[in-house]
Amino acid sequence: MNESRYSQSELEEKLDDILCAALSSRRSAAAVAAGIAPLSRAQQEFVLDWAQVAAQNAAELGYQFSAQAPQALTLFGRSGAEKWLLRALDAYDKEGLYPACAALKDLNGFKRASDAAGEGVALAEVKRVLELFLLGLAGRRLQLEAAEDTWTDTETIFLPVRIAHYPERARNFRLYKAIAVHHWAQARYGTFNLDLPAVLAGYAAPERALAWLNLLEAIRLENQSGRAFPGFSALFAGLRPALSASLAAAREQLSCAGASIADSVRLLREHYPLALPEPFPYMGSLRPERAAEVRGERIAKERRALYTELTQLRLAAQAERRDPQTGEPDLDVESSFETLDFELQIDGEAVAPPEEVARLMRSIIQDFGEIPEEYLLASGPGAYAADSLPEEESGGSGETRASGGRLYDEWDFRRRDYRKDWCVLFESEVPQGDAAYVAAVRARYAGQITQLRRRFEALRGEDRLMRRQQEGDDIDFDAVVEAYAERKSGIEPSERLFVQRRRSDRNIAVMFMVDMSGSTKGWINACEREALVLLCEALEALGDRYAIYGFSGWTRKRCEIYRIKTFGESYGDAVRCRIAGVEPRDYTRMGVAIRHLTGILNEVDAKTRILFTLSDGKPDDFHDGYRGDYGIEDTRQALIEARQSGIHPFCVTIDEEARDYLPHMYGPASWVLIDDAGQLPLKTAEVYRRLTS
Amino acid sequence: MNDLHDTRRLNADVDRIETEPYYEPVGAEVALFEAAWASRVPVLLKGPTGCGKTRFVEHMAWRLARPLVTVSCHDDLTASDLVGRYLIVDSETVWVDGPLARAVRSGSLCYLDEIVEARKDTTVVIHPLADSRRILPMEKRGELLRAPDEFMLILSYNPGYQSVLKELKHSTRQRFVAIEFDYPRADLEARIVVAETGIDGSMAERLVKFAAMTRNLKGSGLDEGASTRLLVHAAQLMQRGVAPRDACAAAISLALSDDPEMLAAIDELASAVF
Ligand SMILES: Nc1ncnc2c1ncn2[C@@H]1O[C@H](COP(=O)(O)OP(=O)(O)OP(=O)(O)O)[C@@H](O)[C@H]1O
Ligand SMILES: [Mg+2]
Repeated sequence: MNESRYSQSELEEKLDDILCAALSSRRSAAAVAAGIAPLSRAQQEFVLDWAQVAAQNAAELGYQFSAQAPQALTLFGRSGAEKWLLRALDAYDKEGLYPACAALKDLNGFKRASDAAGEGVALAEVKRVLELFLLGLAGRRLQLEAAEDTWTDTETIFLPVRIAHYPERARNFRLYKAIAVHHWAQARYGTFNLDLPAVLAGYAAPERALAWLNLLEAIRLENQSGRAFPGFSALFAGLRPALSASLAAAREQLSCAGASIADSVRLLREHYPLALPEPFPYMGSLRPERAAEVRGERIAKERRALYTELTQLRLAAQAERRDPQTGEPDLDVESSFETLDFELQIDGEAVAPPEEVARLMRSIIQDFGEIPEEYLLASGPGAYAADSLPEEESGGSGETRASGGRLYDEWDFRRRDYRKDWCVLFESEVPQGDAAYVAAVRARYAGQITQLRRRFEALRGEDRLMRRQQEGDDIDFDAVVEAYAERKSGIEPSERLFVQRRRSDRNIAVMFMVDMSGSTKGWINACEREALVLLCEALEALGDRYAIYGFSGWTRKRCEIYRIKTFGESYGDAVRCRIAGVEPRDYTRMGVAIRHLTGILNEVDAKTRILFTLSDGKPDDFHDGYRGDYGIEDTRQALIEARQSGIHPFCVTIDEEARDYLPHMYGPASWVLIDDAGQLPLKTAEVYRRLTS
Repeated sequence: MNDLHDTRRLNADVDRIETEPYYEPVGAEVALFEAAWASRVPVLLKGPTGCGKTRFVEHMAWRLARPLVTVSCHDDLTASDLVGRYLIVDSETVWVDGPLARAVRSGSLCYLDEIVEARKDTTVVIHPLADSRRILPMEKRGELLRAPDEFMLILSYNPGYQSVLKELKHSTRQRFVAIEFDYPRADLEARIVVAETGIDGSMAERLVKFAAMTRNLKGSGLDEGASTRLLVHAAQLMQRGVAPRDACAAAISLALSDDPEMLAAIDELASAVF
């Protein structure tokens, strides 16, 4: 099963053989091979086999098939892709080569036709709906990913790329949903809260024991989730076969309130020798080792995060006390595993915790059934992992001082203090890129740009009434009345009797700070650049003053800031070429970039100053331990400093992994998460519009 | 013309509350409010939309037996809309008090709802009322109103706004005692829905559970989750025979989003509880 996949050159060789008659000096097999190379070995074999079949009919068909096959597999799954090819071969027989090739190229048409015929549902179509559904259900993010096997590590649920078990589309969707709910329930109702590998090791055939345990758990989870969510009982019952006598007996015990994994493990003893029933269609497999690993990492991470948050609550509580002598504030939590509700008390008084604390607590209750006593102790979870500590370096800064960099402090959360002059920052200009780039983006987004500009112009046109003007478009009744009263009492009346509408002076300056670190390479960088183009178009319509700078770096001794557009510059050819030249560089040291750009922004005279960062949310500098908590805390601190200096920091973060430290890191700023980089260009401008209207 | 129209509207807003408005206390807010009133300190109510701020103020006005003047602030609301202005009546100029002035004269509670929506110059007139001076200068009229002890100023403010232009200035904020509101705890929220609509307890609990799930989506495509108000609306529809899932869609989901995928996800959440 785990044969390694073919490399691109191996594939190219094979394709050369199969497709030779369709290849020429202008058309090589290389591009096709590149498309197939990332597929799994099984999928690669599938493509090669069918390419051979197609090429025996006509070499051109083989070529078209293998060129489109990777996308067809994503869209239709294996059986669907097979049907797609067979339809084309059919067309070849009946109508000839040209219609057959057209049929292969028309992936969307096939998809529509097969959907209408009830051919099933692709994960890609329902992923977002199901992920939102799960987020609502769980209160923490669960990702969905297509895979050959169905299982969960408690943070990602792996499920089939396409489901076509049933003739009706709606039913196939229900199966997707049932898979999602079943695997959510494993994390929610504690399937992995016991050391399962140890349990299984007690059986002669651990695989068999695991399969039985999986079934018993499916019954337990159906009943536990059905207790809280009646809709789920119906969902599962509608998809699985009637229970065998032995399973029906097990259900009696697994359906009472609070039945846990321990009950399933207890029942496993008696069921193990019995014949294994068919698994239920939504069940997938259990992988206790992987789940335990991911769960363990999450627990450690959340414990640290909660500790940091609670420390702040403690400090705040202590500061509020009249008599600070009385020792540490006393924390207490009452929680319910049923509802995930909890009440936090500090010194016996209920407090409403910040949203981030509430989220962490609920997640921890899901993993433990409660907030463990020791999580509330003031002493905390002990030393931080050594790999998150920056190496101590001595006397490095002397030489760099000479080479024109600026020195910045950096926050060290373990010391609760700054490291003085720790970072050296260099500012330079982004090299100019392709002069045609911006024009191309503008052409591609022409329709949206017109709309954007219109919406932004509407903001700009927000009128202000100027009263008591010499002339204007309306009578100022207040002034008329006053004039009337004045005339009556013999005073010379004013002649300023009109109101005038004037464009209000927005007086906003905004600094865009763009992530140019290596982690943005590829798709994210492309989206960032497009976002910049749209932002410029919109801001030109709006008239707000703006600057754009990029940031990246390589260790604390070489933090880089790249000028793309200064406040003084206009959006002309030079700026456009620099936008085109925005490229991923090295690592991300975000704190120092925020500090530097805050400084530049504070030199601008404006009523409202906004620091708008655009990044992928990974403070990351491999070489001296900026990675991890250190970088997160420094970034957070830099945002606090920016805010204190009177700036409004705002972070847009593209995050396909939904890392859970984001709320803490960006907490001092306002922020939004965009989970799909493709939405970045249009969303960013929209976010800015809302931020300032 | 506009002004005349406005004035008629503004005149209709002094409200004497005769019967007790139902309010379910969520924390110590009643005692806090009473203490602030007795100390003549103004109050700022912070919290998301539809969580009971307006209801709370009505309840407190009844409790303290004071009339209530409510002004819903909007972006055209100016200082003179609040304080008052001259009008021409039969070619005579007549001064008409604005709601704030009326509230001060009558020793009412004055509730300025969504103050950040109002024009900036309105904060200038509330500042002297909101500190120890407790005065309302009426420049146009050359009069200085001194607030009686019973008068109290109450602002509401929804910090959920993303606009930096709509943040409350510190100089305003720091004059007020802040009471923070959030959606009530699950059991209380269910009790409120029952009390407001007469729906049965288990249905109310399901609605509350559904609301909690939508609140998990805040920041991931929703600006706000379902408020208590929306739950009350859905329960009202259900009481009139609308099927639960339809009621949730009409009263809650569609009020939260236009995004078809988001709506589909919310509908799936509803199907989990109903
Ligand atoms: N604690 C409570 N006691 C009684 N009813 C409540 C309570 N909280 C909310 N409600 C119900 O919710 C509805 C909406 O509350 P209310 O109008 O006071 O919200 P609000 O906070 O003023 O919202 P907005 O910010 O949008 O003005 C009320 O009409 C009432 O039915
Ligand atoms: Mg209200």
